[in-house]
Amino acid sequence: MNHNKRNIMLTLAALVVLFGLACFVQAEVDSYIRRIVNLCLIYAIIGLSMNVTNGFAGQFSLGQAGFMAIGAYMVGIFTVPVELRADVFYAIPMNPHLVNVYMPLWMALILGGVLAAGIAGLIGTPVLRLRGDYLAIATLGFSEIIRIIITNATSITNGALGIKNIPPLNDVRYIFLATAISYVLITLLLNSSYGRAFKAIREDEIAAEAMGINLFYHKNLAFMVSAFFAGIGGGLYGALLGTVDPKNFLFTLTYNFLLIIVLGGMGSVTGSMFGAIIVTAGLEYLRVFDEPLELMGVAIPLFRPGLRMVVFSILLMICVLFWRHGIMGTNELTWEKIIHFVKHPLAGFRKKGVQGK
Amino acid sequence: MELFQAIANMTAASFAQHMVNGISLGSLYALIAIGYTMVYGILLMINFAHADIVMMACYFAFFGITAFHIPWYLTFIGTIIATALLGVTIERSAYRPLRDAPKNSVLISAIGASFLLENLANYIFSGRPMNFPEIPFLSSIITVGSIKIQAICLFIPVVTVICLCILLHIVNHTKTGMAMRAVSKDYEIARVMGVNIDNIISITFAIGSALAAVGAIMWGIRYPGITPYLGVMPGLKCFIAAVVGGIGNIKGAVIGGFILGMGEILIVAFFPQFSGYRDAFAFIVLILILFYKPTGLLGEKTTEKV
Amino acid sequence: MIRTVLRTEHVTMQFGGVIAVNDLNIVVKEHEIIALIGPNGAGKTTAFNDITGVYTPTKGRVIYTKTNGQEIDITGKKPSEIAQLGIARTFQNIRLFKDLSVYENVLIAKHLHLKSNFVSATFRLPGYKKEEEAMRADVERLLKEVKLWDVRNEKASSLPYGKQRYLEIVRALATEPQLLLLDEPAAGMNPKETAELTDFIRQIRDRFKLTIFMIEHHMDLVMEISDRIYVLDFGTTIATGDPAAIQNNERVIKAYLGEDEDA
Repeated sequence: MNHNKRNIMLTLAALVVLFGLACFVQAEVDSYIRRIVNLCLIYAIIGLSMNVTNGFAGQFSLGQAGFMAIGAYMVGIFTVPVELRADVFYAIPMNPHLVNVYMPLWMALILGGVLAAGIAGLIGTPVLRLRGDYLAIATLGFSEIIRIIITNATSITNGALGIKNIPPLNDVRYIFLATAISYVLITLLLNSSYGRAFKAIREDEIAAEAMGINLFYHKNLAFMVSAFFAGIGGGLYGALLGTVDPKNFLFTLTYNFLLIIVLGGMGSVTGSMFGAIIVTAGLEYLRVFDEPLELMGVAIPLFRPGLRMVVFSILLMICVLFWRHGIMGTNELTWEKIIHFVKHPLAGFRKKGVQGK
Repeated sequence: MELFQAIANMTAASFAQHMVNGISLGSLYALIAIGYTMVYGILLMINFAHADIVMMACYFAFFGITAFHIPWYLTFIGTIIATALLGVTIERSAYRPLRDAPKNSVLISAIGASFLLENLANYIFSGRPMNFPEIPFLSSIITVGSIKIQAICLFIPVVTVICLCILLHIVNHTKTGMAMRAVSKDYEIARVMGVNIDNIISITFAIGSALAAVGAIMWGIRYPGITPYLGVMPGLKCFIAAVVGGIGNIKGAVIGGFILGMGEILIVAFFPQFSGYRDAFAFIVLILILFYKPTGLLGEKTTEKV
Repeated sequence: MIRTVLRTEHVTMQFGGVIAVNDLNIVVKEHEIIALIGPNGAGKTTAFNDITGVYTPTKGRVIYTKTNGQEIDITGKKPSEIAQLGIARTFQNIRLFKDLSVYENVLIAKHLHLKSNFVSATFRLPGYKKEEEAMRADVERLLKEVKLWDVRNEKASSLPYGKQRYLEIVRALATEPQLLLLDEPAAGMNPKETAELTDFIRQIRDRFKLTIFMIEHHMDLVMEISDRIYVLDFGTTIATGDPAAIQNNERVIKAYLGEDEDA
């Protein structure tokens, strides 16, 4: 209990420090870096959300892009200033019931999350009876269906033209708070009895069921929680881009988050955070591959647009083939480990040395 | 009833036109679905990269004819061989190392392989759509009465049936085919009985990819715009076709392919207002079949051992 | 009169053309230890799966009596519902939550009694906190009692085989069952371990007021501990009675002839 209290204090302190850092980034850093930081934070939310189903409940779902689209479109539909809507919906006018409905961003975000969770609940009923690859393909299919519906519901979503003029959100503090709250809520859920039930299902469905865990209820719960946060993350993503378009939410978008959780460790919350940082920053860093490169006056012909994604997918393959458990596996970076490390920075090495003798 | 009205408004000629389109699309789906079902039957995994094997085959044929000026018939043979090799290579590098790994890792590896092929194609061939070259006679339009049919549409079903007959002969009447069936029935027992599993898996990938190449060439002639992502949607639909027919069952995959191909065309024909949803049709069929007959139309029932 | 805890009525299970269990009629009474024996492939585990909801019997009913005396038909109910009603089980090929700790394995088994919903759990509302503390206290007591407390932080899969068997039983006990089904608890154990297990089963029966129904191949265990025995062969019950009667039953001897008892 004592340790527990200490950990809570340390976590709060860390969040305060990080928030200070976010304020600093907001005030002092140029907009390009700020954008990368924002994207990192948003990807962290969505990576975490995907880890709830895939890493903790062991249900391989590939629907994240669809749930993000729902969140993003809620932000798109409700936060564009009413007077600008005619410009956006120039081809086919917006639905008269919606055209004058305006919401502040936070409200649209929550609404997007709730709607995504609701749709996940509906989808979950037939889909979560499936296992493994079947579940993957069915969730992927639903993610595409959501996108197709969005493309066709022109009077609500402006169809293939997308929604522009979303008041852009480029405030690191705002996005940091959203990420921090998501992180804390997801961690609390996963460390509760419900989170343990998720892990039991991941480890052995049949045994979990024999221990009285209702598979359907818990899988659906994990799926809906995951969709909720994916919706929030998608909403932030839409607000960050300032525009939403069905093409932004192709199911290949989900692969980014797949890489995040594979790299960070399926079943590790802290791992997802590391994964999000590495993948987002890495994708930005890899941009050099897309730029023409000249070495000593000779243009290297390999460097041209597209190489970045090739390198990215090769990294994903290497990660899966040779480093299956990622950075954290199913472990977490805990305060105990950090304190232990600070107190005995060389303990790990020393132990190995003794064994060596 | 809108449906009846739609049918009533349709002339016999346009009906025939839709049927031809449906049958040719169904045949293409069938050819590609066979590759999914064979791999699933043996390795119990979705070969996500299969869709991109189709795409690569299109590019092979495209470059063979346009860049290297190889006669089209030789190009087609070369394409089939190259594609089969590509399939085997993917199996060896992305799937074989994970033979004893958890299923989810294999699934991720398959997704990764698919993603890599798409990005590679995008990088090498650029994302701009390219026009599949016109093939003498096959690309031409035949007019029968008021129906206009591309000649390839008549060949697609014929080629599909020939391929299917050859495949069924191999599977049912050769030693290799027997070994394939044994591996898909019980992997461990087949191994103990001295079947060279790795060889059989390679052969399966080679056959599946070769059929995909045949499908891809005809796809290219029929729908000439080729892009690095052209395989994605057909790929998903063909996997669904395999599930609908009963995964692991070759004839089932063909039936599933026809159901999806025909269904898609007929929906657009009868309900033009829903044509925006044509890609959603396959997924709805998938959900329905998994709900009502999860083992597919021709699949066998299996229960997990407790 | 002693209460009947479980009763199967004409339970039959058919897989395609194979009849795995044929017209099974079993009665298990309160506080009894009942054994189900028979050669390999006789349909014993299938019978267990029919009772615990893994399979739904093709024919027949499974009737269970709750501690308050209420009889319910549990045929075709979900395994989780059946566990919640007070039937816990172990598996023939140990099914622990392998990558989780010993402590978590047992704690998870307490989840079925949780009344707080997930919102209350996420926000750690007082109601949930109280329940969580009670669950943890229970698990601590249980693990100390069976001497697994010292290894509580080990991964379940890292325990020696014999301990894993015990852990599986303890996990089942944590669901606070009335009826415990053990599927070959002594499989792979040597005579000394089997003797210890025999004592253990008796102890937990008395300590937790359990009724026990088990499948077992070790005849010394079965004969020593069982109040009554049912013998299955090719899905059909060929004999039932107390250990002495079974040992002298012609049909049972014939069914086992040439069979390795420890197989």
